[in-house]
Amino acid sequence: MLVLMPLFMMLMVGFIFPSGSSISNTPIALANMDEGTFGDILVTQLEAINSKTGMMDLSTATDFDDIKTKIQDGKISGGIIISPDFSSSLMSGKQGAIMLVTDQSNPQISMMIEGVLTKTIEEMGTQMAVHKLSTTYNIPPDHTLAVIKPYNVQVKGIVPGKPNYFQFVAPGIMAMVVMMSLMTGLPHAISYEKDMGTLDGMLVAPINRFSIILGKVIAQTTRGLVQGLIILALAILIFGVVIYGNILLVIFLLLLCVFSFVGLGILITSFTENEETATMVMMTLMFPMMFLSGVFFPMQEMPWYMQDIAHCLPLTYATTALRDVMVLGAGVSAISTEIMILIGFGTVMLLIAIPMFKKAMSK
Amino acid sequence: MIEMNNIAIKAANLTKKFGDLAAVDHISFDVKKGEIFGFLGPNGAGKTTTIRMLCTLSRPTEGSATVAGYDIVKEDSKVREHIGLVSEKMIMYDLLTAKENLKLFGKLYNIPNDLLDKRIHEVLSLVEMEKWANHQIGTFSTGMKQRINVVRGLLNRPEILFLDEPTLGLDPQSTSEIREIIRRINIENKTTIILTTHMMVEADMLCNRVGIIDHGKIVASDTPMNLKRMISKIGTTVVELDILNLTNNMVALIQSLKCVKSVVMKDSTRIKVQAKGDDAFNDIIDTVRQNNGKISSIINLEPTLEDVFLHITGHEVREQISNNVTMAGHGPQPRVKTRIR
Repeated sequence: MLVLMPLFMMLMVGFIFPSGSSISNTPIALANMDEGTFGDILVTQLEAINSKTGMMDLSTATDFDDIKTKIQDGKISGGIIISPDFSSSLMSGKQGAIMLVTDQSNPQISMMIEGVLTKTIEEMGTQMAVHKLSTTYNIPPDHTLAVIKPYNVQVKGIVPGKPNYFQFVAPGIMAMVVMMSLMTGLPHAISYEKDMGTLDGMLVAPINRFSIILGKVIAQTTRGLVQGLIILALAILIFGVVIYGNILLVIFLLLLCVFSFVGLGILITSFTENEETATMVMMTLMFPMMFLSGVFFPMQEMPWYMQDIAHCLPLTYATTALRDVMVLGAGVSAISTEIMILIGFGTVMLLIAIPMFKKAMSK
Repeated sequence: MIEMNNIAIKAANLTKKFGDLAAVDHISFDVKKGEIFGFLGPNGAGKTTTIRMLCTLSRPTEGSATVAGYDIVKEDSKVREHIGLVSEKMIMYDLLTAKENLKLFGKLYNIPNDLLDKRIHEVLSLVEMEKWANHQIGTFSTGMKQRINVVRGLLNRPEILFLDEPTLGLDPQSTSEIREIIRRINIENKTTIILTTHMMVEADMLCNRVGIIDHGKIVASDTPMNLKRMISKIGTTVVELDILNLTNNMVALIQSLKCVKSVVMKDSTRIKVQAKGDDAFNDIIDTVRQNNGKISSIINLEPTLEDVFLHITGHEVREQISNNVTMAGHGPQPRVKTRIR
């Protein structure tokens, strides 16, 4: 379980969430309803581009209704329709109409397809325009592009490499796994021993009660840390994630993450009677944290009120700090606010939790 | 002051409330050094809660107690140094071997390694489990586990050993073995022993003194002999009748007799009757005969602790449990004096 959980987590998240480059062999139906020749040319071009990228798995369809049925049947993920008057419009100097049909039941894929297809077709349009301009107005081909597309946009990140979903998600998952192993592991360990009766054996011995919880914390911390590091190793080895920051700082942040959640874990252990209740409380707390703290989705995409909630969750700061260090190569000074907040949260929680725990143990 | 030195446990108005329910209700008692004191009562009477308070595992809501001379609330860590606990749930890890378990819990008492090894050897030989020392606890039978569990409480050489239902769920042979071990611990180590049980026979056999506890209160506390004498003193007789054609009507009629204190159905033909007065026997037999009852045997029983409990509380300890265990237990031969009339 120690190794399996993070492995499973990372693989699952890694493969389920689509990244820009991961679309390949998406089944797309093409309905060429054009009566003229331009439609065929477009299809040939599309096939030529596709044979290079391997992005789509093209099939043919007759019309919109045919595509609709096929999408409903789950046979294809989208469709392209070349309108009947495509050639005639182009001939008469109007724009040729192309319709993209998307599968609304799968917004993520359909958004991606829409983007990719739009881009492909736009590019084909540009090529066509370049060709037309140079033949009609005798402008040399290498100048025509500047006429049609005067701006050339280039993207450059502050660290080398393209933005990658794994790069984005790995720090968050590390923080999350550490949080989960503490928040589930701690109450589990204590209530299990309570149920077994072995906890009484420790409580009846002349040892400090604090040392019992400390022992549990150390065990769970080790577990959480090992899991976090397994994720890190997987991210680097399998998913090609590159750490730009200091690896020691990453480990320090994971430990800090542990510190900030220990109190919460002890607190829940103290006021829940049995394992079942503890697990339930844990789930209730963990789910919002998982989804709101920007582990899987960037926080900026959320509505403002959700962002406000996210700002109250310690996991948000752990994730942000880890991401800044791992992806952007930030140093201690850049993440000092996050560090302060995590230390603060952990301290307050511990101050509440330890007296509660001592009290709960002598109920 | 001399008397104080002789006292192992002194409880005064010890009370534990869970919400409105008083699990232990203002109990006061003393336990002398070196004796085996038994809390006898049905499940839920408050025995375990009392033990847990004395072991500092649970804080009393009211009242106070000293264990080995230390206050259970103010000097709880001092108390812990002087006690051992064998609770109802076994305090052992199944994955560890017997020796590892003993070592782990011995370490909690800060016993130096060489001394601890010596003690582990001692306690293992006490229960004749040396050859199983390096086997996982999980592979043991319940009886073997309990032997280790009991001696685990002895590692720190406690002055006072608490045993919560030490023979619960054990087969007859293990039960008598555990009882023998308890007796030896008491005699050889001079350890004061507090045990809880719902088995009358066990309390009778083992304990120097018994506190009968019911609904959180100690309703009687004395030596088993005195408790039993208490019944005979007030002229109570206990008879067991075997009536072949026993009917509910007959039982009700017997119950309604003036001299009869209680009637308990043993099975479909046997009843146990507690009655008072010289004419008790005649009255009961007359009633049965008048209803054409066919008496196949009458046994005059000597009072047992069970009868004491019944007499004091007015209800059975818990019929089915006490019966089965009495039958199965390796206790002393049933004190039955057969006197067929």
